Amino acid sequence: MKILEMKNIKKSYRSPEGGTNDVIDIAEFSVDEGAQAAIAGESGSGKTTFLNLIAGILRADEGSISIAGRDMETLTEGERDLLRASTIGYIFQTFNLLQGYTAIENVMLGMMFGPGADRAAAESLLERVGLEKHFNYLPRQMSVGQQQRVAVARALANHPKLVLADEPTGHLDHRRAMESLKLIKDICMEKGAALLLVSHDRDVLSSFKSVKDLSSINRAEKEGVQNV
Amino acid sequence: MFKKISTLFFLISHSMKQHALSTAITILSVAMATGLTMAVFSMQYQTRTAFTGGTAGFDAVLGARGSQLQLVMNAVYQLETSPGNIPWSLYQAVKNDPRVKLAIPYAVGDNYFGYRIVGTTDDIFTKFEYQAGKHFTVRPGGKYFDPSKREAVIGSYVADKTGLKEGSQFKPYHGLYFDPKMQHDEIFTITGVMEPTNTPSDRVIWIPIDDVYRMKGHVLRGSGTEYTATEGKEIPDAVKEVSAVMLKFYSPQAGFMLDQTINKQGRVATLAWPIGRVMADFFDKLGWVSKILALVAYLVMLVAGASILASLYNTMNERRREFAILRALGAKRSNVFSSIVLEAAVIAGAGSIAGYIVYFIVFAFASLIVRQQTGVVLDIFRMHFSMLAVPVGMTLLGAASGLIPALKAYSTDVSKNLDPMS
Repeated sequence: MKILEMKNIKKSYRSPEGGTNDVIDIAEFSVDEGAQAAIAGESGSGKTTFLNLIAGILRADEGSISIAGRDMETLTEGERDLLRASTIGYIFQTFNLLQGYTAIENVMLGMMFGPGADRAAAESLLERVGLEKHFNYLPRQMSVGQQQRVAVARALANHPKLVLADEPTGHLDHRRAMESLKLIKDICMEKGAALLLVSHDRDVLSSFKSVKDLSSINRAEKEGVQNV
Repeated sequence: MFKKISTLFFLISHSMKQHALSTAITILSVAMATGLTMAVFSMQYQTRTAFTGGTAGFDAVLGARGSQLQLVMNAVYQLETSPGNIPWSLYQAVKNDPRVKLAIPYAVGDNYFGYRIVGTTDDIFTKFEYQAGKHFTVRPGGKYFDPSKREAVIGSYVADKTGLKEGSQFKPYHGLYFDPKMQHDEIFTITGVMEPTNTPSDRVIWIPIDDVYRMKGHVLRGSGTEYTATEGKEIPDAVKEVSAVMLKFYSPQAGFMLDQTINKQGRVATLAWPIGRVMADFFDKLGWVSKILALVAYLVMLVAGASILASLYNTMNERRREFAILRALGAKRSNVFSSIVLEAAVIAGAGSIAGYIVYFIVFAFASLIVRQQTGVVLDIFRMHFSMLAVPVGMTLLGAASGLIPALKAYSTDVSKNLDPMS
C-alpha cells in the first residue's frame, strides 16, 4: 500500500526575465506505508519544492500526487490543509519553531489543526525525544540540537502517516546529526509513519536502505530545461 | 467549533504576549476613546435631563422684564446675575391668584465665600416640594430659621465645603461673587443644615427675606424711591422688592394663561414658564456644541480603530514567517485570517472594558465640576445607551480594523516565507 504516489508531476517558476524555470518534472515516484526513504540532491536542486509539493504547500502545474489514497489535485486548498494537518509531519531544515512559543506549545501547535491539542500527548513526545526537562523552554533558550528534537516531536504530534524531513541534520555536527537521524528514524518506526528525507549529506543518506538521487527521477534537473 | 476557537485564542494570546507593549498602548488608546465617548454621551444626556427635567421643583419663575433664561439660571440654578427686581405687590398678586398653588419670593444679592445667600419665607421649607412628596429637611438636631431672627439654614454642599454647621455664625458678603472687602456687619446664626437634595439648593444659604432688606447698605426701590430699613421699624410692603418669585401652578393651563397675561400682554415682568422648556431651548441653541462633541467622540473612536490597524499591520512583516509555519502545520488561510480579526476584536474589546475605568474617572471629575458650578449631581452609575453601544461599536470597529492586516496574513505565500530552500 502506497502512502505517497506521484505521477507526471511538473512544477516551474517564473524567472525574473519573464520566462519559466522548470524545477520539478517527475514521471513517477512513490513511498510505501511505513517505509523510510531518502532523496539525495545538491543545494538548489529543488528538494524543498519537491517536499512542498508532497505536503500540498505548493500546487503542481501538472500531474497528480496522492497521499494516503487521496489525490491532492482534486482537493480544495482547505482540504489540502486539513490533509496536511492530519496526515503529514514536516521537519524543516531550520526547524521553523515559533519563537514566542515554548517547546510544549510548539509541539501542541503541531496537533491543533489536525487531531486537536493534547498536552499529555505533547509531553509524552517531548519525553520521547529527551526533552522532559525543557517543556517550558523557548526555542532561544535551547541548543540547536534541542530545537531540532522539538521539531521532530512536533512533526510527529499529529500522528502522521508520512513524515517529510528537509535536510533535518543540516545544522548539526556529525555526531549529533547521526544521533538525531537515528531518533527520527526510530520514532517514525515506532509511530508507524513513513519517512521521506531529503539531504545532500552522504553520511545521512548512507544510513538509508532506499536512496534515490533527485536528479535520477527529476527530468527537469536532468535536462536543465528552461523554457522562455 | 470549540477546538477552532480555543486554537484561535491560543494564537491570539501568544501574539498579544509577544507584542505586549504595542498591544498595551493600543488597548490604552481604545480605552481612552471608549471611556471619553461614553462620558461625553452620558454626561450630555444627564446634564440635559437634569436641567430640563423636574429638578427645579417649580413650574415657573416670575422676575424682572428680560431674558427668561437669565431668570431661570439666576433663580433656579444660582448661576447668573439677577436681571433686576420686581415689586412686592407683584409677588402678592400672583400669590393670591387662585391658579397659583405656591409662590415663594427670593431676594438675592449676597454671598458667603461665593455661596449664594437667598432671602425667602419659611414656605420654602414647609410648603415647597423639590420632588413629588419631598420637602427640604434639616439634619437631626437642626431647625428651620425663625423669620424674626438673624438665622440661616445652609445647604449640605455649603456645609461640606465651608465647614459651617449648626450653631456656627457668619457674616455675609455683599454681591453675588465673593469679595473679601465687601463683608456685611450682620451676624447670622445657623439653625440647621439641610439634608442633601442633589439639587442646586444644596449650594444655597437660606435666610429670612426681611433680613436681606435690613442688611446695612441694602436699598429698597419698590416704590420707585430709595428706602433704607431702620432697626425696630416695620418695612412697608410698598417699598419691598424681590429678585424672583418661584411658582407652582394647580394646572398647566394656569401657566399658559399667566404666560399670556405677563409675557405677551404685560410689560412689567417676565414669566419663565415652563422652566424645563426654557432650559430645553437653551440646550437646543447649544445643539451644535453637542454635535461637535459627538463628532469629536466619533473621530477619537476612529483614531483608536486606526491605531489597532496600525499596530497589527506593523507586525505583519515580522509575522509572515509565523503565518507560513502555521500554514505548513496545517492551518487554513481562514484560521490565519480569523486569528488576526479576532486579535483586533480582542484588543478593542479589552480596551472597551478598560474604557469603563476611563469613563468613571472622566465622569467623576466632570460631575464634580458640574456639582461645584451648578449643584446638579450627575449619577455616575446611571446607565445610558452609549455605555453599551460604544463598547460594542468600538469592538466591531476594532474587528473591522483587523481586516486589512488579516488580508495580508491571508495572502501570505507559505513556501516563500519558509526558509531556506534547499
